[in-house]
Amino acid sequence: MTGQALSDIKVLDLTWCISGPCCTKLLANYGAEVTKIERPGTGDPARRIGPFPNDEPDIEKSGLFLHLNTSKRGVTLNLKTDTGRGILRQIAARSDVLVESFSPRVMPSLGLGYESLAEANPGLVMVSISNFGQTGPYRDFKLSELVLNAMGSCMKMVGQPEREPLKLGGNILQYQAGAIAATATLTALFGSRLKGTGQHIDVSLLETCLGSIDRRAPYLLAHQYVGQGETTERMGGGRGGIMSGCPEGVYPCADGYFDVAGGVAWWPRNFALLGSPPELADPKFGTPDGQMDTQCQEAIFSVLYPWAMSRTKQQVWEDAREARAALAPLYTTEDLVKDSHFEERGFFVDIDHPRAGRLKYPGAPFRPSVTPWQASSPAPLLGQHNQEVYGSLGYSYGDLTKLAKAGVL
Amino acid sequence: MNESQPLERMSQLPLAGIRVMDMTVVWAGTFTTMMLADMGAEVIRVENNMFAPYGTRGIMVRPSDSLLETRGMATAGYPDRKAGGRPFNRAAMFNVHARNKLSMTVDYMQPKGLDVLKRLVAISDVFVENNAYGTVDKLGLGYQDLSQVKPDIIMISMPGFGCSGPHASRIALGRHLECIAGHTLLRGYPDADPTWTTEVYHCDAAAGAMGAFAVMAALLYRQRTGKGQFIDLAQIETVIPQLGEAIMDYTMNGRVQGPMGNRHPTAAPCGLYPCKGENRWIAITVFTDEEWQGLCRAMGNPSWTNEGKFSDGLNRVNNQDELDGHIAEWTRQHVDYELMRLLQGYRVPAGPVMDERDCYSDPHIRDRSFFEEVTHVDCGTHLYPGVLWKMSGTPGSIRLPPCRLGEHNEYVYKELLGISDLEYAELEHEGHIGMDYHPSITVHGRANVE
Repeated sequence: MTGQALSDIKVLDLTWCISGPCCTKLLANYGAEVTKIERPGTGDPARRIGPFPNDEPDIEKSGLFLHLNTSKRGVTLNLKTDTGRGILRQIAARSDVLVESFSPRVMPSLGLGYESLAEANPGLVMVSISNFGQTGPYRDFKLSELVLNAMGSCMKMVGQPEREPLKLGGNILQYQAGAIAATATLTALFGSRLKGTGQHIDVSLLETCLGSIDRRAPYLLAHQYVGQGETTERMGGGRGGIMSGCPEGVYPCADGYFDVAGGVAWWPRNFALLGSPPELADPKFGTPDGQMDTQCQEAIFSVLYPWAMSRTKQQVWEDAREARAALAPLYTTEDLVKDSHFEERGFFVDIDHPRAGRLKYPGAPFRPSVTPWQASSPAPLLGQHNQEVYGSLGYSYGDLTKLAKAGVL
Repeated sequence: MNESQPLERMSQLPLAGIRVMDMTVVWAGTFTTMMLADMGAEVIRVENNMFAPYGTRGIMVRPSDSLLETRGMATAGYPDRKAGGRPFNRAAMFNVHARNKLSMTVDYMQPKGLDVLKRLVAISDVFVENNAYGTVDKLGLGYQDLSQVKPDIIMISMPGFGCSGPHASRIALGRHLECIAGHTLLRGYPDADPTWTTEVYHCDAAAGAMGAFAVMAALLYRQRTGKGQFIDLAQIETVIPQLGEAIMDYTMNGRVQGPMGNRHPTAAPCGLYPCKGENRWIAITVFTDEEWQGLCRAMGNPSWTNEGKFSDGLNRVNNQDELDGHIAEWTRQHVDYELMRLLQGYRVPAGPVMDERDCYSDPHIRDRSFFEEVTHVDCGTHLYPGVLWKMSGTPGSIRLPPCRLGEHNEYVYKELLGISDLEYAELEHEGHIGMDYHPSITVHGRANVE
């Protein structure tokens, strides 16, 4: 669609699993023409990762693959053949961007390193997404979401002090690496459009976490500042967490839980939230010392718990709206999908897929007023666009049949 | 044409010449402008001596030394745990993202200040803000106001719930958006009450990255068409897609997933195992039979690994409590870093749970020069986390130390806006220009002026 921000950009997509496809999905949903290359027969390994409808594995029905590959064209190509690599070079010569997520030795060993591709296409922006980056002693090391959490996130802070540290949910850090890679891609592309020279971007999953302003980078700097080798420790639940106050953290209510921010800054609003009870009216409750004092905290809890247990999480949230308190109920995925806010904003979108049917997908991560997000097509079937893509390179139907027989497609 | 020109142009950062007006607070928006600044944009933080936004230049604007002595690193991340004369220039939570940015001060709640800002808008390309929904409109800095001054301005607003919908006006920190996205209930111990959940702030990172991507997409569109636009970014809508598997499982199967701790739906073993030393752990994940064989060899093929209950992936998933017990017996006798090297040698994904000290001493991170040394007038010399990706042609770096409050007033007012010395002195006198917050501001908020 020409009215999209990236509709003049052609992307050659050699990525698989999560980070790379997440990067190219962003490009595709904002208008880029993304051509995804998959291995003949098996395709992207994400096709074999669930969830699947009724838990029945099917390479055309993986929820993970469907979600991460909307709006892309899909072709099969065997890069272990000379012909396959030749075709890849042809596509790369016509592309603005190439994104790949192989381990660092693969592209050079196929003769497809940046220098070689840039010779034919000097404006090419090539993005290599890897576990630990293209250089360094760990460059061939393997990674999982858990190992990435361990090395990259501030995992030692999360969890109960007497138990093992805890990772974040799902595969969230790999998605995040994809979002960072997409940003890097566009900055290089902006420069390339201006100057006619592309470049090679080296995205290390580990570094996308270490430099992230979620807390990891702030604590890495705090460690330097504070000195004496001080490190972060597990904080357990709220109560004395980052806000150092009371109430602070997750508390139960009649039908679930809610999380409220505490500390000096929020006390006046939390006091109002609890109905301005006279027994908590003493100014000491709002001081840094009072917020951390055990007796004060007990007095606050003796009001908070009965108040919370007589309300549903939605009621608590409505009271917080009145009091302007920083608070939210703990939602399940079902609560989220059914919430009227996302319905009114049209966040979840229905997409038809020839094999998986009509399903609800997460939608636009941001909304430009002129150049919208679009899921213009569902994720491709394996090799769905072979004829369209290779046809445009001049291959006839007969050629494609021969290439398929030769194991190239 | 001068022969050296192309080389010079090549070495110029990609966003050189792009000016960004930055009214961001706390972390999400500040992360967005950090990436733009790292890539060469001239990012000007618009700050206000008479108003300190919540949780931005420190949890408090002026914490006491005694407070900093008793608090964790989150609150007390100041050089040597001392507040110093201008604590708002010394907070790690601010300085970590403020590199490569400039800082000006102006009381934009006054008509004269607003006028100054509009003059800045007229010479800017991008305006980034993540204040509570409605804040900038009330100040007279909404998109309608800005585009009158600069028709092709790109403006991005990044409130928690976005710029429309029933929750738009709610107050939320990043961690609350994760509650609503369902993340909080997806990431605890499977056997523990949710009140034990430690808060995390991943949503700030997710929204920050999407904000920078959004600005870049809009800049590319403007490069092509000459048109600017407004971007509505709901921070929560940047984190929901990152929970894709849980969402799709619900929309496909109606299943509501719960917390899995450190485990994986189909890979076992997958967990943290205790190592020699206090609070030392190795993370290990085995996806395939080859990796399982690698783990067995690394452990010296103990006889229990031959038992039928661990024979394939499904059996290992079904018997992972017992499996974990066996593995922990082995890991306890070893040092985490040694286990990583041993297991990676057998092609098994494994790595230690790294604390801050480990990161600074890690040979790989050092080899890639991720940390950069920065000297800051109010803080001294330290290593800072560096740029998030490496570029072959125009590598980013920390070119400027974190901006001190009002540090670049002269440059912005005089050089960019062409304000005369006389007018500058007047604005200074009226409280717009300065390098300190009004003395009445100690925590955050508006100055108390008679």
